[in-house]
Parts: sequence; structure tokens; C-alpha cells
Amino acid sequence: MAESFAVYCRLAGANIRAQLQYRVSFVIDLTATFLLSFLDFLAVLILFHNVPRLAGWSVHEVAFLYGSSAIAFALAELLVGHSEQLAMRLRTGTFDVLLARPRGTLYQVAASELPLRRLGRVLQGLVVFLYALAGVNIDWTLGRVAMLFAMVPTGVLLFASMWVVALCLLFWTVDGNEFSNAFTYGGQTMTQYPIDIYGQWLRRFLAYLVPTAFVCYFPSLYLLGKNDPLGLPRIVQFIAPLVALASAAVAGLAWRTAVRHYRGAGG
Amino acid sequence: MIEVEGLRKEFVLRDGRFRRRRRTVEAVRDISFRVGQGELLGYLGPNGAGKSTTVKMLIGILVPTSGRVRVAGLEPSRQRIELARRLGAMFGQRIQLWWDLPLIESFELLRHIYRIPPDRYRQSLARFREVLDLDPFLRTPVRQLSLGQRIRGELTAAMLHEPELLFLDEPTIGLDVVAKQRVRAFLQEINSERGVTVLLTTHDLGDIERLCDRLLVIDHGSLIWDGGLSELKERYSGERTLIVDLEEPAPPLQLDGATVERVDGVRQWLRFRGSAAELTARAAATLPLVDLQVREPDIEEIVRRIYEAPEP
Repeated sequence: MAESFAVYCRLAGANIRAQLQYRVSFVIDLTATFLLSFLDFLAVLILFHNVPRLAGWSVHEVAFLYGSSAIAFALAELLVGHSEQLAMRLRTGTFDVLLARPRGTLYQVAASELPLRRLGRVLQGLVVFLYALAGVNIDWTLGRVAMLFAMVPTGVLLFASMWVVALCLLFWTVDGNEFSNAFTYGGQTMTQYPIDIYGQWLRRFLAYLVPTAFVCYFPSLYLLGKNDPLGLPRIVQFIAPLVALASAAVAGLAWRTAVRHYRGAGG
Repeated sequence: MIEVEGLRKEFVLRDGRFRRRRRTVEAVRDISFRVGQGELLGYLGPNGAGKSTTVKMLIGILVPTSGRVRVAGLEPSRQRIELARRLGAMFGQRIQLWWDLPLIESFELLRHIYRIPPDRYRQSLARFREVLDLDPFLRTPVRQLSLGQRIRGELTAAMLHEPELLFLDEPTIGLDVVAKQRVRAFLQEINSERGVTVLLTTHDLGDIERLCDRLLVIDHGSLIWDGGLSELKERYSGERTLIVDLEEPAPPLQLDGATVERVDGVRQWLRFRGSAAELTARAAATLPLVDLQVREPDIEEIVRRIYEAPEP
């Protein structure tokens, strides 16, 4: 385990050095990602300029949701959001090279890229989150502090699982990079707003099928002391970490199936 | 080292844009062969014959439809990771080096991926640096290497962990004559001195003539030849060419069992079957000969004949 992590760091480090070979492009990418992602949040601010509350949520509360979700998503993307690279490997057949090495394939795919420019998004999420913390009233209890710290790792795990499932789709669609992206980026956008603004069916979909509502929404309900519009038992607000573990297991299974499909069909 | 029995692989293809039809294609049909430790054998066949499908099944990248495969005592598709530690593979144009990093960094990363102990790594690398003359470009980013340099890098990458078994797909493709010689000499050395078993898929017949004692030829998914190069030549071409130099220009020689292929001044080319000595004696009885030579058919021609033969 420790050894695998050390090798992961080496491989990721090599990828960072490779990115730094193109220094100018790297700096432009990083800055552009950081600034562009603020445009996204700007839309939220403009919205609240016109309406003081959205489904009972203030601007700071939405920022809280938005910020925590953005941090978790950006970190997950940093770890496993390598759909372009995987699509390229599957198209050109270099996925074979990974299969010829004595390491797990998902591990190698994850370790082969660490797109640092996406740190821009992590930064943006942090800034929004700090803005939110300054403006929301949280009744700090021990449980709430614990939840605050559990929220981001839980979100990372959930989003990472979604990413892996999206990567799996590439094994069937090969050039379906955009299709996979709709799934992941689309899924994330949903989590940035309180789910009561969505229609009934979409709400259910978010809460039950694709468990994005667990990423930040349910934990945020608890942290901000809000009522659950779906009227689910209070326990739901605490089981996010378990849901995250379960989706990681599902993602692991999906990956195995995908690789088996590849190995059965030939690249 | 390698045992293959009744190996088959079918692919399901889907045709058509809207209405999809499923079609099964047999890429490999019922292949069986064995390879002993320390053999260096060539695996050849036209494009799409099933060569790389077979090799992928031996490495564990593809799962066979049916049949039995054992490599180094392991079942590749189930024990892929364990097997990967013991074999090296080089996939022609599919690079495994890190494109933007200096060559040496790729080796460092592979050292960790394969868990090579530091002292063994140092020894192994030192040997490759010497034999393949890597030093001049060890610190050059891979994307800036010439093809020949990159292939030498790829070979090193495939063998740093000192595998017992090596699968090489077109290791000399696109190399110039000097680089080709170097790679061939190197393969010969690791095979004879270290007893590494090597399976070479190639289109380069020079590789085969220089390196391989045994050949496997596959066509349309079936193994059509398993044996030595000279037997292959005999089987597929009993015809040889006798080249004679006469004292002075003459019309084409009329000899039983031989046809004159070409006349150029005093030199004539005669295609024949059977004994060269006997034909030479008869030719010498007709006209005085100054010089002569017998030419074996070259392998390119034989392979062309095999490929052009109708599907069995």
C-alpha cells in the first residue's frame, strides 16, 4: 500500500515534470482555469442580485454548497479525470502497454496524469468556500466540525467513483469522450445548487440513482441546520461517507467489467 | 516456456450504422505449438493474419475464446500481473517511454513499476548503456530522439527487469542498416548468453535469416508452418538457380530439367530442381564453363509464395 502510494507519487511527479516542459502553456492554462471558473460563480452572484433567496437558501448558503462541491469535484478530477488520455490510449491501442505491466490498470491510469492546471478550480472552490464560511451562521457542535472535515473526502470519493464509471463508458464508445464528460461535468453542476430548485423527477434521480446529492447537499443541510425538502429521515444526512464507499465499490466493479470487455474484444 | 493448445480467438464485429448486424470473425483458429526455454523464434504472417492477437493472448492482454495457454507455467489471462514481472514486451509503434521526459527518467519509473532492486537495476542499466550505446542520448527527452535511438530505448525499457521471455513486435522496423545490425546482434547476445526466450513478430526477413532457427508462419488465423528456415525453403521452393559464366556468349543452353531464365553476355541463369552437381556436369559437357554459382531462393520469395497460396 505504502509502496504503491510512493510509486503513484513518482509517476504523478513525472507527469508534472512533463507538463512543466511546456512552461508558458502551463501557466496560461492554470490562470485561465482559475479565472474562467469564477465566471461560473459570477452567474450565481448575478442570480442572487435579483432574487434574495433561492428555495429558501441565501447567497452564502449556496456558496457553501457550491464551494464544497467545487473543491471535491476538482480534487476528484485531478485524481482520475483523465478521460482524454484514456480515450487516446484506447484508440491507439497503448492501453496494451498498461496491461503488459505488473500493476493494476486503474492505478496506472490514475497515476499517469496529474493535470495540475485543474488546481485552478480547487483554488476557486476554496475562495468561494471561504466567502461562504464568512457569511453563514453555523451552530458549531462537535458533530458539525467532524462533518465539515468529512465532507470534502466524501465528496472526492463520490465524484471519483462517478469519474471512474464515466471512464468505463469509454471502453464501449471509444470516442465517447464528450458523452462521458456530459455525465461527470453535468453531474457536478447539479450539485452546486440546492436540489429543491430542480423538478421532482430530477431530484429523485440525484438523490437515489446518481448519488450526487450526498456529495455536499445532505451534509450541508446538517451543517446549516436546514430542513430536508425531500422529507427523508435525518439519518440520511450522516450516511454520506457510507454511500461514498458503496459507490467506490460499484465503480471498482464497473472498471473490472470494462477491462474484461476490452480484453475480450481486443483493442 | 510457452505451451499453446487448440488456441482460438473470435471477435464479434458490429456492422452497419443504424441496424447493427453481429458478425463473428475468427482471428485465431485452433493453433498449437510449444516453445522451449532459450529458443529464438520468428513469428510471421501477413497483416491481419492473427499474429498480434496470438501474442496478446500470450501476454494476457486478450482472453482466449477457447484453448489452453501456459507461459512460464502461468495462465496469462488470469495471472497477468505475476506474468508481467517475468516477461518483457515491445509493441513496435506503441511507445511505452514517457514522451516528454529524458530517456533516463523512463527507466527510473519502470524501475519502480517493476520493483527492481537498486543494485540489479544499476547493473542491468549499465549493460544496456554499453551494448546499445545509450549514453549519447540518455538525458534527451524521448520526443527528440531519432527512431533508431527510440527503439534502442524501448528495447531497454522492455528488458530492464531482466525478463526470461521477450515478445518483440517488429523491433527493427524503420531502422537504418547500422541500427538494425546493432539490434540484431544484441538480440543474439541476450538469447545465447542469457538464455532469454525470444518471440519475434516481424515483416523483416533479414531479421529472420539472421536470427531465427525456427519459424512459425500464420495465415488466415491458422498456423501453416512450424519448423526450420531451411526446411521451409525446401518445402515451398524446390527450385534453385544455377548461374554459369561461359567462355563466350552463346544462345540459351538446352538442358533437360532446367529452364534458362535470363541471358546477359556470357552469363546465363538456369532454374532447376534436383542435383546441382549433375546439372553442372551436363552443362560443362555442352560448352566449356569459366565459372559457376548456385543460388538458393531467398526467403522473401518463399514468403510471398506462402502468402499468395489459396486459403486452406
